[in-house]
Formats: sequence, C-alpha cells, structure tokens
Amino acid sequence: MKKTRRRYLALQLDSGEMFTSTELLEAIWAAVLRLYGEYGASQTDLVLINYNAEKKLATIHVSHTAVDMIRTALASVTRINNKPVALRVIRVSGTIKTLHRKIEHQCK
Amino acid sequence: MKRVYSDLHLCPNVRNGEQIKQMMQKASELGYTLVAVSLPQNFSEQKIQEMRDICKITNMDFVSRVDLKPRRGYDLTRSLRQLRRRFEIVAVMCESKHVARQAAKDRRTDLLNFPSYNRWRRFFDKAEAELASNTLASLEVDVTPLLILENRERIKFLSVLRKEVAIAEDFHVPIIISSGASNELYMRGPREVAALASLFDLDKLSAKKAVSENPMAIVVRNRQKLNSKFVAPGIRVIRRGKGC
Repeated sequence: MKKTRRRYLALQLDSGEMFTSTELLEAIWAAVLRLYGEYGASQTDLVLINYNAEKKLATIHVSHTAVDMIRTALASVTRINNKPVALRVIRVSGTIKTLHRKIEHQCK
Repeated sequence: MKRVYSDLHLCPNVRNGEQIKQMMQKASELGYTLVAVSLPQNFSEQKIQEMRDICKITNMDFVSRVDLKPRRGYDLTRSLRQLRRRFEIVAVMCESKHVARQAAKDRRTDLLNFPSYNRWRRFFDKAEAELASNTLASLEVDVTPLLILENRERIKFLSVLRKEVAIAEDFHVPIIISSGASNELYMRGPREVAALASLFDLDKLSAKKAVSENPMAIVVRNRQKLNSKFVAPGIRVIRRGKGC
C-alpha cells in the first residue's frame, strides 16, 4: 500500500472567546461535512494534534491531497458554539518539526 | 517572483476610523499588499489621503474605489462622467438588467458586481459577458456571502456562481475575487480566498490570478490613465517646455 503523505497545518483562532479542543474539532468536521459530504470528509484524514486555548493556536494534520479542501472548510467557519470566530491557516508544512521552526521564525 | 495579493473590496464603516485601521492591519497580517475600500461618492480627497497614510504604516498600497448603484442606465453614465477621474476603481452594483448591460458596454466601468443572492436578480449571462469582453470590465465575486449563507441558500448561490464563472472564462472576461468584508471576522487570507473559489469550479491557477494579477492589472492601468502625463492609450507626455 502506498504511504499517504501528510501536511501539517498551524491554525490561529481569531476570536475574543475561548474554545475547548472538542468544540474546535467539531466545528472543523462540521464545516468539512457541510461542504464536501461524508465521502469527501473521509478523504481528508483530519486529526487535531495539539491545541493551545490560551494562545489560540492549533495544529492539525491532513492528507496532502486534501489541503485545499481543508483550507476551504476552515475559511468557511464563522461561528463556534454560536460565538463569532475566524480560523486562519498560518503555515503549512510537510513535517511537524519544520512547522514549529517556521512558526517560531515567523513570530520573531 | 513573489505574488502581490490584493483585496479590492473592503467595506468598513468609513466614519469609524478605528475599524478602518483594524481592517487594514488585519489585511496586512493576512498577506495583502494592495487594498481598496469602498468609499462614498462625496468622500473628500483629504480623507482619501488619510486612508493612504494608514495603509503606508501597514506597508500596503491603498486604492480608492467607488461603488455605483444607479437605478437607470442614464444615471450610470452621469455618475461615471462625474466620478471616473476622482477614483482609481469604479465598480457598478448591477441591480437591474438595464444597468448591467449599460455598465458592461461602458469602457469607464472597471468592475461588474452583482450583489443579489437571488439568481433571477443576477444578470451575468452570455450577452452580458460578450459586452464586457469588448470593454475592460471584469466580473467581481465577493466571498463574504459564501461565509454568511447556509444550507440551501449557499448551495443555490454556489450553483449560480459556477455558471457565471464558466461564462466569464468562455468569453475571456477577467475574474476578480474580493472579500466584500464589512468586519475583520469575514476577512480571509489570499490563499483561503483562492481555496474558496474551488467551490465554484475555478481552477487553482485562475483563482490565484483572480486575487493577484487581475486586480493589479486594473490598478496599474487606471493609475496610468489618471496620471497627468497620459494622453491616450500608448501616448504620454515625456517632456513639456519650449525646446520640445
């Protein structure tokens, strides 16, 4: 079987409210399901790796073929638990190590 | 070469200076280098300069834009005559078929925008595209409705956009994708906007062009025309004086 390549995405939550990781993940899945249906969602391999509620930063990984689908779905999220929010992709990378390095470099 | 991303349709409350600053700041953070704010027709030159200064602080280029909402074709030509030389971009909000046709025919129109979500109130068909392809008008698509609408309304809206974009591509009418955001939370980065365009079947390269090269081309062309040295397309004043 061919090994699936992954892409790691660093996300920034733009909102005045705090959300739990479950709420965030549910919102992302809901957006993917709304736009692409169950068949499309099954191709994304979406996993939440970590989430810092205070810094409002999250890391997810997805299949490399589904990056654009996930970007679209994330852009379409406007509310979590009826509270206004915008999810922004800060960085995309092939390995989690590079992703962290790029984000640190960007924050400097 | 690095792409220059543009958002030609920000709609903050122009009386709220704080909101304008915040939106400009956000646009800069998201990676835009050129933004246009929809201004009222009677907006003074001094206030436009203030906005340019705000943009300079955030390392962006500001473009003045006016949205015309005429009721009849005659009103449109009159407004174009009065405002064309005052604003760098002129967009026409086509709320009737007659206005849409007149706007597409007129070379002074830069952008054709169809604000209605109802497919019967959107008039970008083949006839409109043919007229627009003979002038310099581009089709503008705002992404904010895609974020606001839900369920069946969004499905219907996507279906309409898909048809309009296909017609525009067939007739080589340039497509511009803008945010149309009235607050920060509806602003998205250029790559996200391009990704949203995939929902109405615009391929990745065309979507990127629609947020970078196409808007830039309009701004460059209009700035050349508004320059005092411009005489006609291809002709400009190089030197003035007795020795010429």
